[in-house]
Amino acid sequence: MRITQGTFSFLPDLTDAQIRAQVDYALRQGWAPSVEFTDDPHPRNTYWEMWGLPMFEVQDAAAVLYEINACRKAYPDRYIRVNAFDATRGFESVRLSFLVNRPPREPRFELIRTEGPGRSVRYSLRTVRENEGAPE
Amino acid sequence: MNTASNPPAVAPSTPSVDLQAMLAETHVSDVIEQLDNDLIGLAPVKQRVREIAAFLLVAKARAQVGIESEQPSMHMCFTGNPGTGKTTVAVRMADILQRLGWVRRNTVVTVTRDDLVGQYIGHTAPKTREVLKRAMGGVLFIDEAYYLYRPENERDYGQESIEILLQAMEANRNDLVVILAGYKDRMETFFRANAGIHSRIAHHIEFSDFSAEELLQIAELMAERMHYRFDAESLETMRNYIERRIHQPNFANARSIRNALDRARLRQANRLFARAMKGARASVEELTLIASEDLLSSRVFQMKEADSGSG
Repeated sequence: MRITQGTFSFLPDLTDAQIRAQVDYALRQGWAPSVEFTDDPHPRNTYWEMWGLPMFEVQDAAAVLYEINACRKAYPDRYIRVNAFDATRGFESVRLSFLVNRPPREPRFELIRTEGPGRSVRYSLRTVRENEGAPE
Repeated sequence: MNTASNPPAVAPSTPSVDLQAMLAETHVSDVIEQLDNDLIGLAPVKQRVREIAAFLLVAKARAQVGIESEQPSMHMCFTGNPGTGKTTVAVRMADILQRLGWVRRNTVVTVTRDDLVGQYIGHTAPKTREVLKRAMGGVLFIDEAYYLYRPENERDYGQESIEILLQAMEANRNDLVVILAGYKDRMETFFRANAGIHSRIAHHIEFSDFSAEELLQIAELMAERMHYRFDAESLETMRNYIERRIHQPNFANARSIRNALDRARLRQANRLFARAMKGARASVEELTLIASEDLLSSRVFQMKEADSGSG
């Protein structure tokens, strides 16, 4: 299943030139870019692993692309995203976040129903990877 | 009247480029002119900068008409004694490279060994990479580059840093221009031990020492920028000072002159202050004048007498 998460996720995957232009925009706004990766794209999984520290001092998108490519090389089968953090008072949060890499075969999500007290039903999602082979 | 010198008319099918228009568009001649006016002496350096600018412009023109050519390497090495203007020229070089579209920013990140080499195993590579990333898109200026290599300690982490630098100079040559700087003899030792780095640097530029006359002009220019001036007497004293200072140890060309001027400003302030305590007012002329006595009380003039007494 194609994961749609973050900015631009309903568009075709960004090319490197497009990624560079987006990062350039973020840098012009004074935001600090960072690269993160994960193997679990569950929407509630906000804690992706950091690829190095956020790049507070970088002034050119080439440096961020260099890190993205290093991360792609190390983890070609993970999701990789670029975040741009705005430190301005009042925002102090991520202003832009988009995927730059997907695994060749993306996982699916499974809906789990749990019976609660008084016949109430609670729903949750579970990431199902290909090799787990859930019944079709 | 120019028709005689005009090239023969080209066939309409051959594309041509208007180099002059390109030159005007990039404003690169402004930077070169500024370089000529602001910096005294350094004729070979200016010549070299002009050559590089012309080369980049032609390369750009060639690309415009579709002539394929390999991206030339723009890494440079500046050798020369302290205070001969290496850093100043590096900043101008960044400006020129940016105007010609070679680098995207006119920023210069200045680093020394401390910024590149780590303290323990595994510390150097991330540290060097961090610096490279910070400099990308602009110019990385490595001052006293020969300190990177310490032959007396074979386990020195400098070597690791050099390897990463080399890799980046080769792989990221579109994103980064590296300028190494240092004293001539030590840089030669450095290059002898690191042949790879020598061959990856296309432009070796040598900065020669300034003559006494050039230093005097520099002193005048510096004073003018700080809104001070010399009169005929103090200019003569300055000339005298420079001639003595050149032969003393630790002479650092223009930097020594700047320090001398800074000390003269202190003494001038002190002199005016002492007079003010006696109730005198200071005119604009007095406030801007560096008098002969401000320079004469320098250590340099006293040392000379001590030297001649002992020698």
